[in-house]
Amino acid sequence: MVVFAREHPLTRVKSAVLFTRVDISIFGICPERGSAMTAIKKARRYMPFYIMALPGLIYLLCNNYLPMAGIVIAFKHLNFQKGIFGSDWAGFDNFKFLFASNNAFRITRNTILYNLAFLVIGTTLAIALAILMSEVQGKIASRLYQSLILLPFLISWVIVNYLVNAFLAADSGLINNSIIKPMGKAPIMWYNSKQYWPFILVICSTWKSIGYSMIIYLSSIMSISQDYYEAATIDGASKFQQVKQITVPLIKPAMITLTILSIGRIFYSDFGLFYQVPRNSGPLYSVTQTIDVYVYNALMRNSDFGMSSAAGVYQSIVGFVLIISANALISKISKDNALF
Amino acid sequence: MQVKSFENIAWKSVAHIVLFLFALAAVLPFVLLVSASFTDNQTAVAQGFAFIPKKFSLDAYNYVVREWRTVGRAYSMTFIVTVGGTLLSLAVTCLFAYAISQRDMPGRNLLTLLVIFPMLFNGGLVSTYYVWSSVFHIKNTIWALILPNLLMSAFNVILMRNYFQTTISPNILEAARIDGIGELKLFLAIVLPLSAPIVATIGLMGALAYWNDWTNGLYYLTERGGGHLYTIQLVLNSINENINYLSNNSQLATAAATQNLPSTTIRMALAVLGLLPILLAYPFFQKHFVKGITLGGVKE
Repeated sequence: MVVFAREHPLTRVKSAVLFTRVDISIFGICPERGSAMTAIKKARRYMPFYIMALPGLIYLLCNNYLPMAGIVIAFKHLNFQKGIFGSDWAGFDNFKFLFASNNAFRITRNTILYNLAFLVIGTTLAIALAILMSEVQGKIASRLYQSLILLPFLISWVIVNYLVNAFLAADSGLINNSIIKPMGKAPIMWYNSKQYWPFILVICSTWKSIGYSMIIYLSSIMSISQDYYEAATIDGASKFQQVKQITVPLIKPAMITLTILSIGRIFYSDFGLFYQVPRNSGPLYSVTQTIDVYVYNALMRNSDFGMSSAAGVYQSIVGFVLIISANALISKISKDNALF
Repeated sequence: MQVKSFENIAWKSVAHIVLFLFALAAVLPFVLLVSASFTDNQTAVAQGFAFIPKKFSLDAYNYVVREWRTVGRAYSMTFIVTVGGTLLSLAVTCLFAYAISQRDMPGRNLLTLLVIFPMLFNGGLVSTYYVWSSVFHIKNTIWALILPNLLMSAFNVILMRNYFQTTISPNILEAARIDGIGELKLFLAIVLPLSAPIVATIGLMGALAYWNDWTNGLYYLTERGGGHLYTIQLVLNSINENINYLSNNSQLATAAATQNLPSTTIRMALAVLGLLPILLAYPFFQKHFVKGITLGGVKE
């Protein structure tokens, strides 16, 4: 041990790797370590690691834990002059206002129904595409398809807003000019006509995220041993039978985990999708406003801290219960896939 | 055998056709956007956009070049925030993840729990907004674009911790410690180089998140006080907000007010500039990116 500590630094690491087993056993009987080591000594030995964790810990306190304490805002009549703790208590008034209005029902319904639609359509399409992708043998073709289908995942919702607008704008949009007008119909004011938006939002969400989920399922398919397929081919199973009997059952664990995870997050919506794509257009609110958009609008547009924080706390608490239940469900089905 | 090969060919053809159509659907909106940005503005308003410009024009880009002071500033803000944010975020994330990867460290479980819990429960937008703006006063400073939400993702910390635990052999560390290397030096000189793949992947994801972020600016920058800090995403967003504001309050939409807004083709050109760097860099980081997704998707 002492010998190679004096060697050249480059050879040192290498030899250290080779002899570590011996080193540790020597070190283990060293009187300073072992059972006699007190808690203080141990903590001191780990001091450098506590210092390394410090910036992250401070960040967690500022960004996550202090705001958790800020939940009291929902139970206050917030007055900026008096600060959070000086403001008057409101009890459950903010929540009463929120649930007495139509808003609470509407935003909950929108959030949950859109998430369910995304889940069903997204999962089915992603698995179908992943299975087809695994059929493509050529490396270049496969890489090309993957890259292109993944492309929308890389861009921000602000840009998606512009892309959608190129299709839907009342005056210059492609759809009104190239499809509706040639049919002899009056141009559609897309951003004022709420009946189209459930479809538009589902299409946009799928368009943007399908590549991502396809790749996750593809990696799950790729980890299936080829032996199963070879054996099935020898037994005369058709391709379709192989997919049904081998692929789908073997990616089921991944499917179940991802589905339960999304159900755990069913109370949260993608703020970018619901805020940017409908351009925060008032006439569309009844079908486009989710909890996250409502919280934002109440806070930033109307400075209504009471309603906004009540909706936010409602989301946090129900969301928390859902995630915990989803995780309990996962660990019941398969312990390995549980989050915690 | 004949039947089998026919079936194979049929499957392959279906796969190619379907995937080709989906790839096309993924790309066409981008084609439309680029084509729109090269269309003559009056033609665009009268006849609409098409996948090939109905009347080709460079006017939108000429405008962008004339107004380069605004656009260039937004571009450089985007670069500063992306590079600075990613580096800072990597430093905080790596150090924290490395600390909680130490198996015998007292308090390790508590620190891990502190990272994971915010994934399950959060204070919500209102109190987060209150804390950052009224306690830490980051409104209309560059920190507004770097600190909230993006600096350390719990998910990345856990991915990185798992990587440290599974790929860095404790024996190497122990041996180096016996040689008397300080912990920080050990981390920088041995652990980090061995973890290059995960650092690159997480750095890439982080850079993309910073590049694409517009929510922090939406919450913590105001047009008057923080307009000079606008990144390209925020410029694009604020153009939209102004248009929406005018169309929702049509009595305000006087000729003078609408004149200040960029025309529809100029807006499309700005959007092209917002995504161009990503499109150009994509072929080079595509491989790492796909790896990052599979790492995150499949839990270890």
